[in-house]
Amino acid sequence: MTPQRKLDLDPAVVGRARRLAARAAEPIIEMARTHTTVSVERALLRLAGLAGADSDGRPWANHLADAVRDQVGLEHGVALPVWDALVNGPHGSLVELAEAAARGRVSFRLPAGTDEANAREAARRAARAGITAIDRRRAERDRVLAEVGDPAQPWIYLIVATGDIYEDIPQAQAAAREGADVVAVIRSTGQSLLDFVPEGATREGYAGTYATQENFRLMRSALDDVSRELGRYVRLTNYASGLCMPEIATLAGLERLDMMLNDCMYGIIFRDINPRRTFIDQRFSRQIHARAGIVINTGEDNYLTTADAVDAAHTVIVSQLLNERFGHEAGLADAQLGLGHAFEINPAIPESFRLELAHAQLVRELFPDAPLKYMPPTKHMTGNIFAGYLLDAFFNLAGVMTGQSIILIGMMTEGIHTPWLSDRDLALENVRYVRDACGGLADDFVPRPGGFVAQRARQVLSESIDLLEEICDDGLLNAIADGTFGITRRPADRGKGLDGVAERADGYFNPAIEILDAEDPHARHGVPTEEVPA
Amino acid sequence: MTPPPGSTHSAGSTDTQAPAEPADTRQVIRPYGDTTGDGMVQVSFTLPVPAGKRADAAALQLAGKMGLDPASVVHAKPMGPDFTFFIVYGRVNHLIDYASIPVPEGREYPLLSAGEVNLAIRATLGRRLVIVGACIGTDAHTVGIDAILNVKGFAGEKGLEYYREIQVVNMGAQVTVEELVERAKAENVDAVLVSQVVTQRNAHLHNTKQMAGAFHAEYPTAVAAGMGRPLLVVGGPRFDTVTPEDLGVDRIFGKGTTPAEVASYLVHALLPGEATQ
Repeated sequence: MTPQRKLDLDPAVVGRARRLAARAAEPIIEMARTHTTVSVERALLRLAGLAGADSDGRPWANHLADAVRDQVGLEHGVALPVWDALVNGPHGSLVELAEAAARGRVSFRLPAGTDEANAREAARRAARAGITAIDRRRAERDRVLAEVGDPAQPWIYLIVATGDIYEDIPQAQAAAREGADVVAVIRSTGQSLLDFVPEGATREGYAGTYATQENFRLMRSALDDVSRELGRYVRLTNYASGLCMPEIATLAGLERLDMMLNDCMYGIIFRDINPRRTFIDQRFSRQIHARAGIVINTGEDNYLTTADAVDAAHTVIVSQLLNERFGHEAGLADAQLGLGHAFEINPAIPESFRLELAHAQLVRELFPDAPLKYMPPTKHMTGNIFAGYLLDAFFNLAGVMTGQSIILIGMMTEGIHTPWLSDRDLALENVRYVRDACGGLADDFVPRPGGFVAQRARQVLSESIDLLEEICDDGLLNAIADGTFGITRRPADRGKGLDGVAERADGYFNPAIEILDAEDPHARHGVPTEEVPA
Repeated sequence: MTPPPGSTHSAGSTDTQAPAEPADTRQVIRPYGDTTGDGMVQVSFTLPVPAGKRADAAALQLAGKMGLDPASVVHAKPMGPDFTFFIVYGRVNHLIDYASIPVPEGREYPLLSAGEVNLAIRATLGRRLVIVGACIGTDAHTVGIDAILNVKGFAGEKGLEYYREIQVVNMGAQVTVEELVERAKAENVDAVLVSQVVTQRNAHLHNTKQMAGAFHAEYPTAVAAGMGRPLLVVGGPRFDTVTPEDLGVDRIFGKGTTPAEVASYLVHALLPGEATQ
């Protein structure tokens, strides 16, 4: 029932696009496998249960990782020095060890012989306990889904962003009651540039709410309540992006978040985070997401907010193919690849809607089993809320006609303020009307063979292949440095967070990576069974 | 189109209703629905009460207090058990003395699009405009500088990195004045952008003066911004009590400043030959 094969794409061309993406991704994957970062190491500590912060809010995970790094370096991984100190020292727990390390009272070393074997064994046990906790949360999601029911796609995706988790909770519950299938808690501005994860329940933020483990827990619990009330599982989304991507992914797995924003290049392009740091962090975060059964959402929609949505349509496809390749390599199943794209063509362009349909249908057919996330117009929302409401309706129509899986709800007040209660209500009325009025219209939408839509789709695919060939010749890092995506130039030796990157030494040891590299992330629970929509 | 019933635009009325005076000399104005002077406006709002007749009465009372008389609730919709959304039409009884409203002093420079900024730089400078940005002192809040510089931008506008003809060096937070001066010299920058969010003990004012002093000392023979020294620009939410002269900078930007305003100012201040649209 999924609308496939409507564009008569040449399978050989599609296959070629995927092979090129794999070739372009390969050196990056190799780099990620041979390097580590401060955040990857801290993620291990968090997985092993290290939580909390000092009185200034600096997390114990940062204290401990920094102390090890200062004394023995990052290149061996923090696991051996940390568990060596724990096994042989007077400290009863990781927190006590971190507190002592913060006061400069622990001396770390790289253990050898029996000490090394003991440290390795203890670290493995700790990492295994964390992975098992994530496995349990995934099984719990499966149980709750079976108990309360999984809503039909397209899922309606709404955001809340008050800055105060205790204000977000009633708003999120209200949104769920009004029809939201997915609630995303927008993060505080600039959190992506913090090299630590804030701690505890937070009540102040700039245009969003901090992502913290406690905020995750509070919101997931509130959505569980409302899911049972409504008889429909309401998913929770946050952001595994920025400098703490691996740690936030880990916390999301531990607190049973359901979807995470996790793009391969967003932080590089839009936040000026160092490209190497991003790709290394990302592989670990995606391995965790794969294991946790979390659906990632990628950020290709953002390219269209900077570049022209017609001229740059092929950069979206290229990025999706790269995200798919990086995702598969990290263990994500197709059903976990929430590839993003957007309705951002200037409405003043003739046949803009026809072009949107071509782009949306192309993405649908290239990734038939991916829960595609379709983003509403933002760039051409002018403050004329009435015209904006109309544009959002056309966006909803394109989404229904081309079988998109996750539809972010457009707000007519986009760019004016964070959505009011009434903005959300009107937006949901809009999408409900279009969805109900169209019903199974996707079944009837079959573009004329060789017509405008089919030709445009083929043209975008062909431009994607040209760009992928350039990237393969040039190298992905160079392409990013040259401003291929989102116009911005991002050299590999610049940007935030590069000083937190280290090449792994011989004998590098990280028991979490050991498990994630060796085991099939879906073996214990089976691949998630979400149906890809009609 | 057929005029709706009750419309005053009925046939034959035109010759008996000549305008009293041309519109541009009218002193006192009211909102215009479909007839001069009808005072009609539409508003929408939410009240935190369950929908029903009592909620409608509350909406009408609010409309009355807003100066709408008569008012009618044309739409009331429950949003969950605790909220109601209203659309209300009504006649406002307020009059506006238009003649007493001064013509606002515009920005002394035109607001340019990214394309116009790029074109101006290309045409006038023949190279990319180079800027360095930083949060100086102990201020770790890069929200402001990132909103102006990062591609992500602010208020739906892309940051200065998005401008092809502007080369941005973003030094981030907790940059010392010495580091900033050194980098500005090394990159031979056209402008220095400093963001100051933290205001405890007037740190933002002290830091800015110190920064300006250092640049003036470093370029003793400078004639003006762009003539022997870089343009000095500071931004932050708490500069409303001081003038640029007080601080020794060329321009202060306040809360809510967008990247396009900054880019347009750079063109205005550094490319004086550039025709204003």
